[in-house]
Amino acid sequence: MNKSSDAVLQRYEQPSRRGRFGDFGGQYVPETLLPALQELEQAYATAMEEKQFKEDLDRLLKIFAGRPTPLYYARRISEELGVHLYLKREDLAHTGAHKINNTIGQILLARRMGKTRIIAETGAGQHGVATATVAARFGLKCVVYMGDEDIHRQRLNVFRMELLGAEVRSVNSGTKTLKDATNEAIRDWVANVENTHYLLGSVVGPHPYPTIIRDFQTVIGHETKAQFQHEKGRLPDLLVACVGGGSNAIGMFYPFLEEPVSMVGVEAGGRGMDSGDHAASLSLGSRGVLHGSASYLLQTSDGQVQLAHSISAGLDYPGVGPEHSFLKESGRVSYLTATDEEALIAFQWLTKQEGIIPALEPAHALAALQQNKINLSPGSNIVLCLSGRGDKDVHTVASALGKDLS
Amino acid sequence: MRRIPRLFQSPGKKLVPFITAGFPDLESTVPLVLAAECAGAHMIELGIPFSDPLADGLVIQRTSQIALSNGVTLDWILETSMAIRSQTQIPIILMGYINPILKMGVAEFLYRASESGVDGLIIPDLPPEEGIQLFASARSQGISTIYLVAPNTPTARIRQLAIEAEDLLYAVSILGVTGSTLDARENLSHYIERVQTASAVPFVVGFGISTPADVVRVADKADGIVVGSALLARLEKSADPVQEATQFLSELTTALLDAGSISSTGEPE
Repeated sequence: MNKSSDAVLQRYEQPSRRGRFGDFGGQYVPETLLPALQELEQAYATAMEEKQFKEDLDRLLKIFAGRPTPLYYARRISEELGVHLYLKREDLAHTGAHKINNTIGQILLARRMGKTRIIAETGAGQHGVATATVAARFGLKCVVYMGDEDIHRQRLNVFRMELLGAEVRSVNSGTKTLKDATNEAIRDWVANVENTHYLLGSVVGPHPYPTIIRDFQTVIGHETKAQFQHEKGRLPDLLVACVGGGSNAIGMFYPFLEEPVSMVGVEAGGRGMDSGDHAASLSLGSRGVLHGSASYLLQTSDGQVQLAHSISAGLDYPGVGPEHSFLKESGRVSYLTATDEEALIAFQWLTKQEGIIPALEPAHALAALQQNKINLSPGSNIVLCLSGRGDKDVHTVASALGKDLS
Repeated sequence: MRRIPRLFQSPGKKLVPFITAGFPDLESTVPLVLAAECAGAHMIELGIPFSDPLADGLVIQRTSQIALSNGVTLDWILETSMAIRSQTQIPIILMGYINPILKMGVAEFLYRASESGVDGLIIPDLPPEEGIQLFASARSQGISTIYLVAPNTPTARIRQLAIEAEDLLYAVSILGVTGSTLDARENLSHYIERVQTASAVPFVVGFGISTPADVVRVADKADGIVVGSALLARLEKSADPVQEATQFLSELTTALLDAGSISSTGEPE
């Protein structure tokens, strides 16, 4: 596991100028959106060159989002596993997940572009809440698209968004989940492109989104690197993170891509790989185009996008970020899966052993360790990205465990 | 000569109905196309249904879902195109999102489309920059590549795309998805004038054209109009879709005639 091939240490420069991560990425969008994507790319490039933007961003991450988040040594679990396991506590960031890192960055860009209206898609509601939060902070009008199915599964987050002043629009087309909410947000954007910024929530979509969102999320990996160095005077051996669209994983991995550090992304195996009910786009999907970029996705033999399944609404997406497809193809990152059941076990394990209730998404990453899916050298140093807290999931967990909370 | 440039060399404005292939059922597609031609249609746009049609409004989302549940595949659509071609010479355009085409394989798709008598291709989520090879390969096999332009497309780009497209351009009438309402203000006519001036090739206008009045308004400076959602919405409600299509398209043909802007026979030479 801890071998460092030559490939690991090569310079990593992705994407190419046209938004390509190898064969993946690109801009597969209607003509109407091309000017908006160009405008966004331009605004981002200009912002990155300005000291003021970076200062505004850092300040908000500190005083509004509560960064840096701690790197926590999980002593009891480490003893059980015979390794040193550290948790990057994104669950302690404002709104309870890493999503806020990206929404703060993008709302600053939206303001620079003079946009007065923000739209977003959401699955579990975490990105919707993080978007509604920054929209409230800056007094911008906010509309969040959410599948009808998810609205019923995540009523608490719907109410949080409404309290924050956002309008939550129910999406009844297709599978009524995140995939269709994303379609609907794109349709809204096509119609309102002149005054509206589409605040996309993961490292998916057309260029430049996968790059911009990655960059805003790399604060996770940069902090981890410095914190680990401070604690142990070295680099970790292994990084583990869950992958739906893949924003927390890429944020953690990216600053380490040129270092001799192993990386594992864990996808949702749902009811099992043979069941057909999973969200394992990288492990079981094939190449295709969804929501504006080329990547791996779950599809039929006729190229129709399939319904994903995961107990965790945040992983319940049939596509994945194009950079993860590239990292898989290049062999730099390994991807594997954990099932609903394994995630539930890991969820309870962390809760009881460490006093931390994780979201079901990172519980998948933890399950990969607990179930010995990764070959660990005794005493190795591991960092797991604990991307969010589990409050939102207690109803789902209760019902899976046969407990009635009503 | 290819059918699409030949059609647009003939005088008169062209009526182009859009029909989701396999909607309302598999048996209707060929009769609908033939009925549309009888009712005055000059070219047919056949929609390839996709699970995630992000440039389309509610009507085409619904008809696509129904077509998919009827079992429509890209393979079936190519066979159906061939069946249509064996009965009429009306130009056929396939409109579809890129993913099902990639899944079949671009080379196989283009070869079979060409063999099936398909004349043109619209891929709303494949900008010319992403589709350089696909579009070049299509043209080399005699298939017209029809690029979309929108109200926010810069004039220089419209000019460039028209040259690259070679045969025909499709001007999306609004910022929005199919089935939206036309912009009531002056913006639309300014935009259409802009396309007319910039485009070296003929162009059709589509999105949001739903009534004979819309047809008259838009057809003035364009070379043709596309009607999709409005037609499909009527088919959805009708017990006799073929009859419904005939009646609605006849009304639109009359509107074009009344506007004095259609060739007297409605037929290409």
